[in-house]
Amino acid sequence: MTVINEKTKISERKKDVVITVRNLKTYYTILGGLFQRKIGYVKAVDDVSFDLYRGETLGLVGESGCGKTTIGNTILNLVPATSGEIYFEDDRIDNNFTQDFRKKIQMVFQDPDSSLNPRWKIVNIIGEPLRILEGMKKRREIRKRVLELLETVSMKVEHLDRYPHEFSGGQKQRIVIARALACNPEVIILDEPTSALDVSVQAQILNLLKDLQIQFNLALLFITHDLSVIQHIGNRIEVMYLGKFVEEGTIDDVFYHPTHPYTKALLSARPTFDPTTRSNRIILEGEVPSAINPPSGCYFHPRCPEMEDRIGCNIEEPKKISISETHHIWCQPFKNGKKF
Amino acid sequence: MTLTEKKEIIEENRKNQMKSAIKEDSNLLLQVKNLKTYFYTEEGIVKAVDGVSFNIYKNEVLGLVGETGCGKSVTALSILRLVRSPGRIIEGSIEFNNINMLELSEEEMRSHRGNDITMIFQDPLNSLNPVILAGDQVAEVFLLHQEEELNKILDVHLLERDKLVQELKELKKEFKENKEQLSETEKEEFKVKIKDFKKKIPKAPNLKDVALEKAEQIIKEVGIADAKQILKRYPHELSGGMRQRIMIAMGLSCTPLLLIADEPTTALDVTIQAQILDLMKNLQKKFDTSILMITHDLGIIAELSDRVAVMYSGNIVEYATAEDLFKNPRHPYTQGLIGAIPSVEKKDKKLTVIRGMVPNLIYPPSGCRFHPRCTERLEICDKIKPRFLEIDDRYFIACHLFDPEYKESPKYQWDETEIKESYKV
Repeated sequence: MTVINEKTKISERKKDVVITVRNLKTYYTILGGLFQRKIGYVKAVDDVSFDLYRGETLGLVGESGCGKTTIGNTILNLVPATSGEIYFEDDRIDNNFTQDFRKKIQMVFQDPDSSLNPRWKIVNIIGEPLRILEGMKKRREIRKRVLELLETVSMKVEHLDRYPHEFSGGQKQRIVIARALACNPEVIILDEPTSALDVSVQAQILNLLKDLQIQFNLALLFITHDLSVIQHIGNRIEVMYLGKFVEEGTIDDVFYHPTHPYTKALLSARPTFDPTTRSNRIILEGEVPSAINPPSGCYFHPRCPEMEDRIGCNIEEPKKISISETHHIWCQPFKNGKKF
Repeated sequence: MTLTEKKEIIEENRKNQMKSAIKEDSNLLLQVKNLKTYFYTEEGIVKAVDGVSFNIYKNEVLGLVGETGCGKSVTALSILRLVRSPGRIIEGSIEFNNINMLELSEEEMRSHRGNDITMIFQDPLNSLNPVILAGDQVAEVFLLHQEEELNKILDVHLLERDKLVQELKELKKEFKENKEQLSETEKEEFKVKIKDFKKKIPKAPNLKDVALEKAEQIIKEVGIADAKQILKRYPHELSGGMRQRIMIAMGLSCTPLLLIADEPTTALDVTIQAQILDLMKNLQKKFDTSILMITHDLGIIAELSDRVAVMYSGNIVEYATAEDLFKNPRHPYTQGLIGAIPSVEKKDKKLTVIRGMVPNLIYPPSGCRFHPRCTERLEICDKIKPRFLEIDDRYFIACHLFDPEYKESPKYQWDETEIKESYKV
C-alpha cells in the first residue's frame, strides 16, 4: 500500500521540483526525572509538506521558536526527522543523506561570526568544501577557485589571506555565501541571513542573492522573521506558527490578500512609514505558547482575534482550505458559512 | 463642514500647537551642544561622537537613527555619563533641566541616574541580574531613589497595624474581665474570635515590603496581569517580551523626565515588538515622559517619534520632525538609508545601495565623512566639514548641498573605475 502511495506522490510532482517535503515531523525528546527518561516531546515541526522549485525563492516566515530553522536543519539531516519524507529530485534523502547531496544542498546560517572558524584564513575556509567535497588537492587550484568565488560576491583579492575578525558583518556574510556556492549547489538554505545586519548592508546582501540566484539558477529556501525582506526577494511564502503552516501562497496572495488571522496580525505588526496602516493595527495579546504543551485544537486560538466568528477552534485541528490554486490556509470555517 | 475638512482643521491646530511647543524654550528639557566623545585606544583615537548637538523638549519623543557603529549608543551613554574608559567626553555641554551634567560630581550624578533620567537597554536578559528575583530588582529602584516616599507609606501601614493591635489588646482585656461570667461554649467562641482577629493583623511591614508593593503596581502598569507571580520569578523564567516589560517598569518607576531607550525591541519578535511599542506610546502619554529612542529601524522611528535625528559616523547629518523627514528626506545618506528598506513599491527592482562601507572612526574621511560614498558629491566635500545649519523651519542638515556658501561648488565627477571599486567591499 505504502509503496504505491509513494510512487503516485512522486509522479504527481512537477518536473522542476528540487526538494519535496511530505508530512515532515521533527520532535525533540525531553529527558528528565531520575533516570533521564523520556518525559515528553517538543513538537518543533509538526506535519509539514511543501515543494521547492528550481530557481525560486520560498520564504519560511514565523516568530522565534516556531520551527522554521528546524525545517532547514532537518532537510540537511543535521537533525533526524521523526517521521515523514524528504526528496531531492527523485531520491529520498531523509534516511540516506550522502555526500553527493551535501554538495547539492548548502546552508547559510544566521550568525556569520559563529559559522567562520576564527583561526582559519578565508582561503582555507572557502577552500574546505572544495577539498572535502570536490576532491581538489592542489593549493594553487584551490586559491584560483576561491578567488573566483570571492569575486562573485564582489570581494577583493587581498581578502584571501585574512582572518574572519578582520571583516565587518556584511563581509563575513558574503564569505559564508561564497563558501556555500563553492560546490555549485542547486539549493541553498538561508537561515536569517540578514537579521544581524544593518539595513544598508542588508540591501547589498539581498541584491547579491538575487543576482546569484539568476546567475546559477539556484533554489533558495529563505528562512526569516522579517516580512519585508521576504516580500522583496521571495516568490512564494509559507507562514508558520508553532510547528505548523498556517498560510501558504505566492507573495501577492499572502501580502495583498492575507486570510489567516495570524498572517493578518503579523503583517499589520510591522512598523511602517504609512500612518493609515498604523491606525488599523491588530495587536495580538499574549505570547507564543509552549510547544511542549500546545493548546488544544488550533494552536493559535488563545490569541486569535477572529475566534468568535469560527466553529470549533479549540476542539478540532484546523483544516486545509484552498482559496485559490496557489493560496491555502489552515483554519476553521466561519460560523455563518461565509466564504474566505 | 465635511468630516475631512474637520479633520484637516484639527490636524492644522495640532501642528501649530506642536510648533509653538517646540519653539518655546521653557519646554526645553535636554540640550546637547557640540558633544565630543573619543575613545583613546592603542590603535588611535576613535572619534565615536564628533560634535553632536540636539535638543529634547518636554513630552517629546526624539528618534536617533543610524547604522551600527555610528555613535548613537555612545551619545546616550554620554548623557548619563556612563562612557567607560578608555572613552572620555572631551568637549561640549549637556544641560538637563538647566543643570550642566558634565560638572556634577559622581555622587550627584547617581541621584539623577535611574531617577530623572533612566535607560532601557537592548538585551533585557543582560541588563537584569540573573540571581536576583525580578521583583527585588524593580523594588531596588524605589529603595534607592524614593526612600522618603516609601517611609511615608510605611508610616501609614504601621499606623493601621497599630490600630489593629490596639483593638486586639482591648478584645483580650474584655475576655479576661468577663471570663468568670461566661459559659464554656461562649468562652470557646470568644477564643475563636480572638484567633481570627490575630490572623487579620499583617506582619509588621518593613521598607522592602512597601517597595515590593510599589513594584507590583508598576508591573501591573506595564501590562503584566499576574504581577504577584512575576515578582517572584527569576529573569530566566520570563520570556523576552516579559523581560523588556520589566525593564520598562524599572525605567518608569520613578516617573523620570527623560527615558533613553536603546534599541528596546531589537531582540523581540514582530508581534511582541508591536505590543511593546504600543505600551511605550501609552506610557509616554500617561507619565509625561520624554523619550530618546535609539534604533536602527526607521519604521519604529516613524511610528513613535515626533522628531528624528539621523546619525552617520559620529555626526548628526539631518535633524527634523518625523513628518518632514520621511516625506522628503534631503541628505543623500538619509535618502540612501530609506531607499535600502525593502518595500512593496520596490519589489522586482534592485534596492538602492549606499556604495562602500561605514568608514573607520580612527581615520575618518576628511571634510564630510560621507563623501566617499555620496552620489551627489561636490568638489568641496572632501575639503571642508559641512556646517550644521537650519535650512528650514526646525529643519537642520549638515550637507554642502544646502549650504548657501558652498552650494555653487561644482559637482564632483566620479570616474568609472572609482565607482566600480567602491561597489566592492
